[in-house]
Amino acid sequence: MNQIIYIARKEFSDGLRNRWTLAISLLFAVLAVGIAWFGAAASGQVGFTSIPATIASLASLATFLMPLIALLLAYDAIVGEEEGGTLMLLLTYPLTRRQLLLGKFVGHGCILGVATLIGFGSAAVAIALLVPDVSFSVLLFAFGRFIVSSTLLGLVFLAFAYLLSSQATEKSTAAGLALGIWFLFVLVFDLALLTILVVTEGSVSPDALPWLLLLNPTDIYRLINLGGFESGGQGLGVMALAGDLPVSQWALWGCLVAWVAVVLFFAHWRFSKRSA
Amino acid sequence: MTVVELKDVQQKYGQMLVLDDNSWQLGAGQVLGLFGHNGAGKTTTVRLILGLIKESAGQVKVLGGCPQDANIRQQIGFLPENIMFYPQLTGAETLHFFARLKGASNKQVETLLEQVGLSAASNKRVKTYSKGMRQRLGIAQALLGDPKLLILDEPTVGLDPIATQALYELIGRLRETGTSVIICSHVLPGVESYIDKVVILARGRLEAMGSLYDLREKAGLSVGVRVAGLPENFTHPAVLSHNILDGQWQELRVAPNNKLELLGELLKCNITDVEVRPPSLEDIYCFYMEQAGAVGIAGVQ
Repeated sequence: MNQIIYIARKEFSDGLRNRWTLAISLLFAVLAVGIAWFGAAASGQVGFTSIPATIASLASLATFLMPLIALLLAYDAIVGEEEGGTLMLLLTYPLTRRQLLLGKFVGHGCILGVATLIGFGSAAVAIALLVPDVSFSVLLFAFGRFIVSSTLLGLVFLAFAYLLSSQATEKSTAAGLALGIWFLFVLVFDLALLTILVVTEGSVSPDALPWLLLLNPTDIYRLINLGGFESGGQGLGVMALAGDLPVSQWALWGCLVAWVAVVLFFAHWRFSKRSA
Repeated sequence: MTVVELKDVQQKYGQMLVLDDNSWQLGAGQVLGLFGHNGAGKTTTVRLILGLIKESAGQVKVLGGCPQDANIRQQIGFLPENIMFYPQLTGAETLHFFARLKGASNKQVETLLEQVGLSAASNKRVKTYSKGMRQRLGIAQALLGDPKLLILDEPTVGLDPIATQALYELIGRLRETGTSVIICSHVLPGVESYIDKVVILARGRLEAMGSLYDLREKAGLSVGVRVAGLPENFTHPAVLSHNILDGQWQELRVAPNNKLELLGELLKCNITDVEVRPPSLEDIYCFYMEQAGAVGIAGVQ
């Protein structure tokens, strides 16, 4: 356990040192406050609208940003250590590959968690301070759920980053693969689902399609954040399918956690096969 | 006590056999020189001892156990060839990080930084270090936790002659405290007076093993006797070859068992100076490389 903490501590302090944590926190804070006040500017409305609308907008943003940031943060976690010449040295220490991977996961996870809390939390604080008549309990619950689920989404893609990093032989390859994963889950997957829906003209069982959303962690994340409100834009795009999904909020959380565990398991399996 | 034991070890990478039928032992407080041409299997041997790879056949035991075990690794120090550290960390931060992983104390970090002459630079980032400074930091890193087995891969790379000498003296002190040391090096001169045992690998096979004395005896290489002021007409049946080095010095080569007889004759000839040069580690290495037919591979002419 100590070894995991030592590795995590180093990764976290690296994140502070190279200003990753600060940059992500600032980015999230600026975007979150901006969206909270100017998210409805397109419809001619300026200022805070409602908590569900704000969370819906923030979740849409985080669906793009969290995976990208997590992948950028950790794509070189293993291959970078090897290219830098430190992987072999580390593995000669009383440190297993599992401990090394978990240490990095905890360290990078803390960077994401802290940055998400500070960044998105600042929007919650701004709303609490500046918007009259807002329900603190609703605000706390909505933002709490949003921040935790956003961090969890980030953890899924951190695990993907370790998988790619354990597979790739060069950092540039890992970066390319990371971009591919981002495209697949953030952009291509939903489009593919919609395409299937249109092209098959109903020949694919309509009952099966909503379940396919669970194969994409970003869709599960959106379901968690949009599903908790009466009206939050749930009917848009591929999310319209979610109305037919007989899955509770807890099950969705379970699915997201399962994504983290499964991808991390495969990352460890791939790392254990890699020569040092 | 046996610190390292290789028994009939074979290592394959896919279908390629890189190490075959290797058996040798290293005792406590012994210093072993592991030599061989490029691709001879030195690195593979080191990786096996470090537990980074598992042997395809045979058995590797370190300190009586499996080198993959955490408690065994706790007792091994390793200096890789061309050591690299995290450039963003300072020297002190680097050592503290590795010390925590090894369970070594903060006090030892300070002591080691002083021992390798990096105290003044300990708060500078490693990316500003010269190659020699990185190497010294690597040596300090390898000594964390007072290892019972120290493996040094090309330890003198980047070190100036004084630092090299200091390293060899350190190895001598470690030997006295019972630490076993394995030195992998291509730089043979200088190291021979500090090693107890030599292992020479050629094409993945154990070509020679034993003390330097044993290997010299087995090789039967001629001894060089350098003489100043030798009369021009000097001849002796034991002399195998006779080279003029410069105006004053000449080198005579004799079989080891004829050395004393020749010296006796030389002393009768009013010579002004004499030096006896036994076959060096380099000579022995070249002999065994030639014997293994690995001259082309080794680049030995």
